[in-house]
Amino acid sequence: MSRRLKTGGRLIDRSKPVEFTFDGKTMRGYEGDTLASALLANGQLVMGRSFKYHRPRSVVGSGPEEPNALMQIGAGGRFEPNQRATVQSLWNGLVARSQNAWPSLGFDIGRVNDLGARFLPAGFYYKTFMAPQPFWKHVFEPVIRKAAGLGAATTEPDADRYEFEYGFYDTLVVGGGIAGLTAALGAMRAGERVILVESRAEFGGRALVDGATIDGNDVVDWVKDAVQTLEDAENVRLISRCEGSGVYDHGYVLCTQDLTGFKADKSGPRERILRLRVGRVITATGAIERPLSFAGNDVPGVVLASAMRDFVANHGVGIGDRTVIVTNNDDAYRTAKVLLDAGLRVAAIVDARPDADSAIVNEIRALGVNVHLGRAIAKVHGNDRVTGVSICLQSGDGAVMQEIRCDAVAMSGGWSPVVHLWSHCGGKLWWDTDRAMFRPDPDHPPRGTDGNGFVVTAGMASGALTPAEVLSDAAKAVGSDVPHCDTVEEGGILPVWIMPDGAGPDLRAKMWLDYQNDVKVSDVRLAAQEGFESVEHAKRYTTLGMATDQGKLSNINGLAVLADRLDTTIPQVGTTTFRPPYTPITIGALAGEARGSVFQPLRKTPIHDWSEENGAYWEPVGHWRRAYCYPKSGESHEAAVAREVKNTREALGMLDASTLGKLLVRGPDAGKFLDMMYTNMMSTLKPGRCRYGLMCDENGFLIDDGVVARIDEDSWLCHTTTGGADRIHAWMEDWLQCEWWDWQVHVVNLTEQFAQIAVVGPKARAVLEKLGGMDVSAETLPFMAWADGRLGAFDVRVFRISFSGELSYEIAIPATKGAALWQALIDAGAEFGVMPYGTEALHIMRAEKGFIMIGDETDGTVIPQDLGLTWAISKKKDDYLGKRGQMRSEFQKADRWKLVGLETTDGSALEDGAYAIADGTNANGQRNVQGRVTSTYLSPTLNRGIAMGLVERGPDRIGEVIRFTRIGKNPVEAKIVDPVFFDPAGEKANV
Amino acid sequence: MLILTCPNCGLAVEETELSPGGEAHLERFGPTSSDDAFEEYLFLRDNVKGVHFERWRHAYGCGKWFLAARDTATLQVFGTYSAQTKAPPPDILAAIKKGKNT
Repeated sequence: MSRRLKTGGRLIDRSKPVEFTFDGKTMRGYEGDTLASALLANGQLVMGRSFKYHRPRSVVGSGPEEPNALMQIGAGGRFEPNQRATVQSLWNGLVARSQNAWPSLGFDIGRVNDLGARFLPAGFYYKTFMAPQPFWKHVFEPVIRKAAGLGAATTEPDADRYEFEYGFYDTLVVGGGIAGLTAALGAMRAGERVILVESRAEFGGRALVDGATIDGNDVVDWVKDAVQTLEDAENVRLISRCEGSGVYDHGYVLCTQDLTGFKADKSGPRERILRLRVGRVITATGAIERPLSFAGNDVPGVVLASAMRDFVANHGVGIGDRTVIVTNNDDAYRTAKVLLDAGLRVAAIVDARPDADSAIVNEIRALGVNVHLGRAIAKVHGNDRVTGVSICLQSGDGAVMQEIRCDAVAMSGGWSPVVHLWSHCGGKLWWDTDRAMFRPDPDHPPRGTDGNGFVVTAGMASGALTPAEVLSDAAKAVGSDVPHCDTVEEGGILPVWIMPDGAGPDLRAKMWLDYQNDVKVSDVRLAAQEGFESVEHAKRYTTLGMATDQGKLSNINGLAVLADRLDTTIPQVGTTTFRPPYTPITIGALAGEARGSVFQPLRKTPIHDWSEENGAYWEPVGHWRRAYCYPKSGESHEAAVAREVKNTREALGMLDASTLGKLLVRGPDAGKFLDMMYTNMMSTLKPGRCRYGLMCDENGFLIDDGVVARIDEDSWLCHTTTGGADRIHAWMEDWLQCEWWDWQVHVVNLTEQFAQIAVVGPKARAVLEKLGGMDVSAETLPFMAWADGRLGAFDVRVFRISFSGELSYEIAIPATKGAALWQALIDAGAEFGVMPYGTEALHIMRAEKGFIMIGDETDGTVIPQDLGLTWAISKKKDDYLGKRGQMRSEFQKADRWKLVGLETTDGSALEDGAYAIADGTNANGQRNVQGRVTSTYLSPTLNRGIAMGLVERGPDRIGEVIRFTRIGKNPVEAKIVDPVFFDPAGEKANV
Repeated sequence: MLILTCPNCGLAVEETELSPGGEAHLERFGPTSSDDAFEEYLFLRDNVKGVHFERWRHAYGCGKWFLAARDTATLQVFGTYSAQTKAPPPDILAAIKKGKNT
């Protein structure tokens, strides 16, 4: 029975009781407890169910490596699944629930999977659920999803805030144990700017439990002094409850600080991500104890030896009254000492080593503890908790020699340095055979810009084991004096990867490697047998190390089993890749403040506020918001769009075109440059005139279009699409800076400097004339001309260009005057029936005219020739970007899909993106296609559906009727027609 | 996340301030080129493990392009230099020869 001991517990305050609930049951703990220690204190040993077999599980560790005790914490907008109970601090009112158990933790139907465990070996899903395909979606997946999976996510918005901090330091020390403190002191004394982060609430690490004497002081006092010295130093910053999460290129490090997760008061940000750029990272991240692989090593009550003594020493919690300790090294004897000191019984120590004669072994023997050398655990008895163990020879096949009654087992398979942060950015490891561990190889560190290593490991993270070794290694890392600490001789480790050595299939199928994902020794052996010999393949086939703990406990044991089965060595097998973060980071923390209205910047045109006040329905276009339409009260969007189109075609419409890209290209070589940028000839354009131009990439694909106006001898103003402004500006700069750097041209992006207002419709000229100030007649300002002048009180530049097919003036004005001019035009236009129109009306009117839209008619695989735009490609030019690409044979093929107009025979609108069906099927059994819809609208002008599409040999097939797909309905027939549906002669615009 | 020094404005900047532009010192092949030469120009890249000459633009800074010599395996940077060059300048080549630290 796990319980609170009468005395002890360095971290808990028995005068401060704390109340919490677990699965609805009220329980009590103390301030300083973790959720795990408090549950154990309440006799709640079973804390979760495993992923696949739903076996009952309790804690196995006492830190962030915990794979079993995952909880759902909190409720509503603060609900958080998969929290490790071993690091979750207890606070008053904490609500915890078990997960992955149904209907309840005590009685779980999924447990039947366990009874059928031999039918669910590694690769079971791959082997079983291959066919028939529909079964996967409708039968297998729903069942598996219900049975498997960890905690559920909340559907409510996160109630907490998160934040980032940016920092720059000479040295970051990760880990505040005696190694980290020593390194930080050294760096501090060298005058560096130092930051030290420690994931726990207190500094000191393992040494506070395991004890040491440093510079003549007890380690507790030494740590207190060290922390005080660092806190007093101006060049040092200490942060507790802050984990080093990931190390990235060139000294970039993410640390995650818990701000309110450990307390009842949730005001302020919940977590903070520190985004640090440092000259040097010292990882003093300690080591993690390995489990031993014996049959039944997952039964609740089997825990790591270090964790068992942590719970006693830190929280005054005993996991069992009679413990069997099983080990292959000296360290587990410390657990015996702690248990005996706390008045708990040690039933036996089962030591796999044939000999053990060090000081601590003899000390424990002298206390009357039975030490069985050369022995192993053949089997753990018990289901929901340990009831006893069977002992056998380590070198044998598991024949039982003795049974020992006990209610807990403490196991130690040796220690693995936490090399994650060392490895994240490419630090290499070497296998130390004597210590049976992967250690950082100082000759192959992650490297900075100068080619020198920027990560140094310190203490147990380097592979040091004793306090003396740890201190000396940490001091060496920073070149400081080594604190004095007596060296204690310890016995070595005997690498033991399964227990006993000769265990047969029955035992191997009960030896757990990865607790959370239920991967056993037998699974890894099966993977190797089936050819998954690479460690990365074996990992994915068995899911070893793929759980939320990312193999912190299981990896080395798994590699060893794989190596044994492949008859090779552990370093030959190698490790899987260590990837950040060290432990999971909440999505909220990664998002930081970037949510809601500050998720990304919003670009507003000078006319944005007017549109907002006049009921605009917005659509996002890049970072801009553009009015989709301006519905009147009670009007549907569809009706508003139709009204806007009709009004523009019949009277007067106004569009806020300010988002259009405006690039000024100027210089003696500007004409030559634009002749390369555009498929057309721009150098011959006369000042005062406009020309529609196309831009292609070197593949020949159409990437942007727009009207170019020649301003003077040296200057051209290039209009781009809204989305293309920044992209095309960068594109021009690239060519000017990196290819034709001797050409005298410069480009200025004036997009935000000017508002642009399109005044469109038969009454467009009338309203401008009413404002007065410049001659806008057809004679002075003909179609495709522009002029500077005055309209009313405003200095403007007027372009006679049209994207609607109507008489149209686009008026550019400095941005600060944009809103005033818009209002003046609205006021002056009232008598002509002016109405603003939005992007949807713009789209419909351009489609009625057969004008292409970048991103609709183009998708990065379409050349201008496919769109009937050959007229806009100069034949006189030797070169332009894309010319060579367009000469390739693929683009000369007669069966290319080309632009046509499409009209359904029943007048309906085609579906967006619908495919034109062809006869027969392709090699995959899919229906052949011969084209697709690129734009489709219900035309208010023509009162029927109109569409543009790319159809195989389309222009040669005018008049032919083909069929287009419809989702959930029979295909619909459509006639291939010319893409210009309205005013084909262009008479309306040119008046 | 890399740090590269923009030679145009002299700042050591974070990768998030930069936009990458792929391999440097490509020769453009236009309309008179052969299929093989054009394919090489448009599609074929060396993808070296080792010293790589590459294009970067200080997009969220001065807006200028520059070139960098960087070891793709160790991330060591041997130097950054003007984009207005057809080949790595001698000082960069010397830095590579001297500084290769692996």
